[in-house]
Amino acid sequence: MRWKHSCFILCGLCLATTAGAENKISANEFNPAISLILSGSYSQYSNDPDTYSISGFALADDVNPGRKGFSLDESELSISANIDDMFYGYFTVALAAEGSAEVEEAYIETLGLGTGFTIKAGRFFSGIGYLNQQHSHNWDFIDQPLVYKALLDNQLGDDGIQLRWLAPTDVYLEFGMEALRGDSFPAGNGANDGRGTITLFAHVGGDVDLSNSWQAGLSYIQAKADDRQTGDPVETFNGETKIAAMDFIWKWAPNGNNKETNLKLQAEYFLQNQDGSYNGLAYDEDQNGYYLQAVYQFIPKWRVGLRYDSLHADDPGAAFAGTALDTQGHHPERWSSMLDWSRTEFSRLRLQYNRDDSNPDTDNQVYLQYIMSLGAHGAHRY
Amino acid sequence: MKKVLYILICCFLSTSVHAGLNVFACEPEWVALASELGGDKLNIYQATSALQDPHHIDARPSLIAKMRHADLVVCTGAGLEVGWLPLVIRQSANDKVLEGQPGHFAAAMQVERLDIPQNVDRSMGDVHPEGNPHVQLDPVRMLKIANALTQRLSQIDPANAAWYQQRHEVFKNKWQTAITYWEAKAKPLKGQAVAVYHKDWVYLFAWLGMQSVATLEPKAGIAPSAGYLAQLKQELAQYPASMVIYASYQNGNAARWLSDEMHIPLVELPFTVGGNAQAKDLFTLFDDTLQRMLKAQESKK
Repeated sequence: MRWKHSCFILCGLCLATTAGAENKISANEFNPAISLILSGSYSQYSNDPDTYSISGFALADDVNPGRKGFSLDESELSISANIDDMFYGYFTVALAAEGSAEVEEAYIETLGLGTGFTIKAGRFFSGIGYLNQQHSHNWDFIDQPLVYKALLDNQLGDDGIQLRWLAPTDVYLEFGMEALRGDSFPAGNGANDGRGTITLFAHVGGDVDLSNSWQAGLSYIQAKADDRQTGDPVETFNGETKIAAMDFIWKWAPNGNNKETNLKLQAEYFLQNQDGSYNGLAYDEDQNGYYLQAVYQFIPKWRVGLRYDSLHADDPGAAFAGTALDTQGHHPERWSSMLDWSRTEFSRLRLQYNRDDSNPDTDNQVYLQYIMSLGAHGAHRY
Repeated sequence: MKKVLYILICCFLSTSVHAGLNVFACEPEWVALASELGGDKLNIYQATSALQDPHHIDARPSLIAKMRHADLVVCTGAGLEVGWLPLVIRQSANDKVLEGQPGHFAAAMQVERLDIPQNVDRSMGDVHPEGNPHVQLDPVRMLKIANALTQRLSQIDPANAAWYQQRHEVFKNKWQTAITYWEAKAKPLKGQAVAVYHKDWVYLFAWLGMQSVATLEPKAGIAPSAGYLAQLKQELAQYPASMVIYASYQNGNAARWLSDEMHIPLVELPFTVGGNAQAKDLFTLFDDTLQRMLKAQESKK
């Protein structure tokens, strides 16, 4: 009442246009946000991509460099909305060119339980590391770092539940834990009665000044595998994988105005131990790897990127000769460079070159890729 | 270990010593308005600076940490912050500031907006279905927003309602006097045709009776190419503009080129509080904006 009264006086005084706040709500405004990612590429490899391997590592299905020539990449359809005042829902299905569809993420999340807690349940990408939660359309290169390929089959996503707590500090400090089914690599076959994987992670971050910001994280994964099968011919692993990881991101943009120029430096390190039996042989070895990358937007719309990958696997001995775990005395590494152009934040064209020494036979890979986003497009994480 | 615990305890304490309402203000103009209305009863955090493009902000960890403490979010709304604010709010797990809650105040949604498109399509560039969000440069709308924000502050913090109402009275009177002064001073600008870089100035021009005859961006949010600028130059030869205007947060190269080619003054406007050294608060923002345009107008004669 009082509001109306004072508004009336105000409007009278200033002789302004006085049409009230326009809050037209029509039924379809309750429709969820829908987004579709279209992506395709032209690829050239000096080696046959079907024989791809990383020396010393058992690889799951998703890490193959892709097909030669023209190909349609995954189309990603996402639907999201607040369900009510307490829950948010998100769904993404990835449609492969061959016609298969995969539910990439389908989760519900609480919208503020108070005191900094958030619970997420369903299928989702784990909160470990930095790159793990990003969808492929948001990657800075067409492919994941080797350490993500070798240790996590590109990305760790599984069914389960996640609890996060944001500390009431001025510095960003978040802790999280997950209990997951254990269907996804490095776990397998829903080990431990469908509770095969647990993770722990912590992230800390802040601003140095107007132009510089950073984030760092520590993560831990413990994944049980029950007859996990990889490769062709099939090799079987039973046992437990433990992974510890560190990530660090630094972003710079003059005065924080990232539209003109900006620089992003990014590094992650993973250390893993696998303990169990591999093809029936007792196996207990360590592997580790890291990547370093820099992406620089030198003028609006244009970015260049450089990435270095390195992996190391302990030699499991002569008993494993001929299996995927045989290192062949090789140290996998890769150099990648890319150039991309974005008309707006909804479209991107990219040229990438990799010199890939994942195995002793060096592969030269060239990609030309488009990634386009239709419809509602939500914000990206830091 | 003891040291770590000590640091952690200090972190916790540092956030609990502040009394008063925690306000997360997305842009500098809302920092300025909130402090006019709330004074020292508010702890205001400024999320972006005048030199940042408010359309393009990273959902940085620092923003999430600040959002966790917020009792009230004061932002422009109307889609301006859609690229980062919803994510920051969701990650902060703070239910008080969810959209639709009293703790979420969208300034542009309190007033009538201009440029509401009949239909929207991404081929039109970065258009907002809710209309042009840059409402802060109309002092008349600012009065209405100030009134709505006062009501909101009183609702969230009823213990200090009288304080907010009283400060609002003071602000309103000062502001109305200022409007009268500005309108008198800006008379020479009425009817002026100008070229702008981005459609930042719709409300300012509507208030002053100026008109924008050319926009340097071919589509909202898309930087002009050399070819487009050459074409624009030809068009401007027929419909001359008296000045070229761009905001401090924008790259001034294209505007500078056009200004040189057309021999018309180049005007860099603060756009918001802190956009230059003179625009220290809401009053000086308008003082400086008018002064710069009047000076350019003067030099043209």
